[in-house]
Amino acid sequence: MKRGIAITGMGIISSIGDDVEQNHLALFEGRSGVARVRHIDTILHDSIMVAEVPHDNEELIRRSGLDIENSFSRTTLLGIIAARQAVADAGITSMSSCRTGLISATSVGGMDMTEKYFYTCMKTGGGKKFIESHPAGMSTQQIAEDLGIEEGLVTTISTACSSSANAIMYGARLLKAGLLDRVIVGGADCLSKFTMNGFNSLMILSDEPNSPFDADRKGLNLGEGAAFLVLESEEQVKKDQKKVRAYLKGYGNANDAHHQTASSEFGDGATAAMIKALELAEMKTSEIDYINAHGTATANNDLSEGRAIIRVFDKQVPEFSSTKAFTGHTLAASGSIEAVYAILSMQHGLIYPNLNFKKKMSEFDLVPITSLKERKIDTVLSNSFGFGGNCSSLIFSKQP
Amino acid sequence: MKKVYIHSAGSVSSQNTFSDEGFLEKVISYMETVIPAIDAPYKEFIPPAAARRMAKGVKMGIAASTAALKEAGLENVDGVITGSGMGCLVDSEKFLRGIIDNQEQHLTPTSFIQSTHNTVGGQIALNIQCKGYNFTYVHGSVSFESALMDAFLQLKNEEATNILVGGVDELGEHTVEVHKLIARIKKDPVPSEDLYTSKSIGAVFGEGAQFFVLSNEKRDSSYAELLGLKTLNTLAKEKVASHAEAFLKEYDIGISDIDLLITGDNGDQDFDGYYDELSKQFPVAIHARYKHLTGEYHTVSSFGFWAALKALKLQLVPAALSGNADKRELKHALLYNQYRGIDHGFTLLRRC
Repeated sequence: MKRGIAITGMGIISSIGDDVEQNHLALFEGRSGVARVRHIDTILHDSIMVAEVPHDNEELIRRSGLDIENSFSRTTLLGIIAARQAVADAGITSMSSCRTGLISATSVGGMDMTEKYFYTCMKTGGGKKFIESHPAGMSTQQIAEDLGIEEGLVTTISTACSSSANAIMYGARLLKAGLLDRVIVGGADCLSKFTMNGFNSLMILSDEPNSPFDADRKGLNLGEGAAFLVLESEEQVKKDQKKVRAYLKGYGNANDAHHQTASSEFGDGATAAMIKALELAEMKTSEIDYINAHGTATANNDLSEGRAIIRVFDKQVPEFSSTKAFTGHTLAASGSIEAVYAILSMQHGLIYPNLNFKKKMSEFDLVPITSLKERKIDTVLSNSFGFGGNCSSLIFSKQP
Repeated sequence: MKKVYIHSAGSVSSQNTFSDEGFLEKVISYMETVIPAIDAPYKEFIPPAAARRMAKGVKMGIAASTAALKEAGLENVDGVITGSGMGCLVDSEKFLRGIIDNQEQHLTPTSFIQSTHNTVGGQIALNIQCKGYNFTYVHGSVSFESALMDAFLQLKNEEATNILVGGVDELGEHTVEVHKLIARIKKDPVPSEDLYTSKSIGAVFGEGAQFFVLSNEKRDSSYAELLGLKTLNTLAKEKVASHAEAFLKEYDIGISDIDLLITGDNGDQDFDGYYDELSKQFPVAIHARYKHLTGEYHTVSSFGFWAALKALKLQLVPAALSGNADKRELKHALLYNQYRGIDHGFTLLRRC
């Protein structure tokens, strides 16, 4: 890509903070959000650990001044909070001042409410108002309405754990095609019994804080959260004299075409996604300063991703870490949450540590950055991989 | 910028669109509030052991996409882009019932694995070993249009040559029940032919899958050229006609250039007014509707797209689709759909 896409705003809520500053502080101080389940009544309470946003729904509603009578799922609530921040950070005061779109991503949508009222709804009509909040697209529609986007290009992507990386990618495509002047991109996912039990049935949840790329890693911890970026066209940035936080330089999506849930042994899809992103960015591998890895801490992902990284970077693997030990795996939101962290890394000149790593894996010679490291970072490669063989890589840079 | 053509169209619907050689010559009339799709001969495409584990949506998606690839004479494509408003409902409901009924115990992962929204897209990629771009759009009644738009932009921009694009949604038992509860599904059955005059609220729900091969290389056998499309999250009824006109203007096309107008009326008296506003604006065009044949689902506009392609290629609008079809040259087709006043999609096609 000759010139990167300007990022003019960002917003986030996760288990480690309610906004960008709090997230940075927790990353800086090495404070993880992984703990026992608090807000969901589950028999998995003692057998898994999760990274929950510490506030319950009422608290989220109160803090955001939303109508208590709303029909929002927790996904929508988290999404509204993060999207509002991104819009404010970009200094947007009117949605109609230029062609503004919203591309969001989610994997659970309104599943939290559906599972809560599954039978009661039919028996007593309880939770009836949440029925139409179930579809993934409805959470995006509700966020769009909250932001005041009307007659706009609004859509939702759901490609499992790469969803919001793909939302960022598609937003960039729409700007490049000249269909929009500005687009809010990201994703939101809340914790649910559905995903907790789903991943538990796959036997890939850890009962301890997750330890990405560690030889003795036991699996992932689920997390929840939301993050959004504002992308703007070059003309729009000039017109509004916007301060640009960073640029999206490259992106790539490829399919592993190996298995519905597992990654291929040598990370074919991951390798292809990273190469595509580098090609689009017109960058050499040596120009990547830091990799924010997908690094979920499952046996399968970290091996496959590590091998893919070696295939792409050979003997010059850049410094890398996974921030999943801070936030857990926030599923569809992870791509945009880690995009925010990539930008923070460049802004602050910091590599956030890969917590809980102790022992190098036997299959290769990769050691992540395990304690906060200060250094100049101009470019970050961020990976997100999901079920359905979906592999995505994004490259962010300080320079256009 | 390249032009974008459609080479093939595969459909699994509640009509005999999968096997039937004729174009909706003989249609099935229903008297239901929920219409399931007619099963395609899945065992021709999917090994029986695998088919047993698959929900209907995945099977319909594989059948329709296989048909589209076969018609296009392709074994593989550069990408697979899928629209699915509700995703894999059957497996989602199954896994959820398992959690609730068994107090989170004795769960097997199969239905969870198959519950993710991108299962169909992932399975298609797995089957044909397509390692390229693979996206799934899940945004209500513009899920299919979003997928089309993504493919359209990549093909125009020469980032790909052939892309498989489709829309798929399946019926789920619980979803049907709760939508009856809130009157999104009609209370009483209506005969298909009376759907638009039933003067009742709600829709007849349906399911189906349509897949297409889009390409930036024209062929003699291409169905049509995709000129462009537009989606809007909100739109007031009064503004539908002016938006349609402005959309057409972007392609230097006037109202009188539209020979075929295909609208997504579903017989819900509270929302069909949107289509009335639009069709009034196109008095000369043949006006076609299709949801009496298929029922309503989030990606049913892919059936409208399928019908438009057939009409443009065969230069024929079957009586089952339109009351005012006459013999004329069909050059431009405009499609418009929305669901309950939100997520509006306009699509413009030109005869090849």
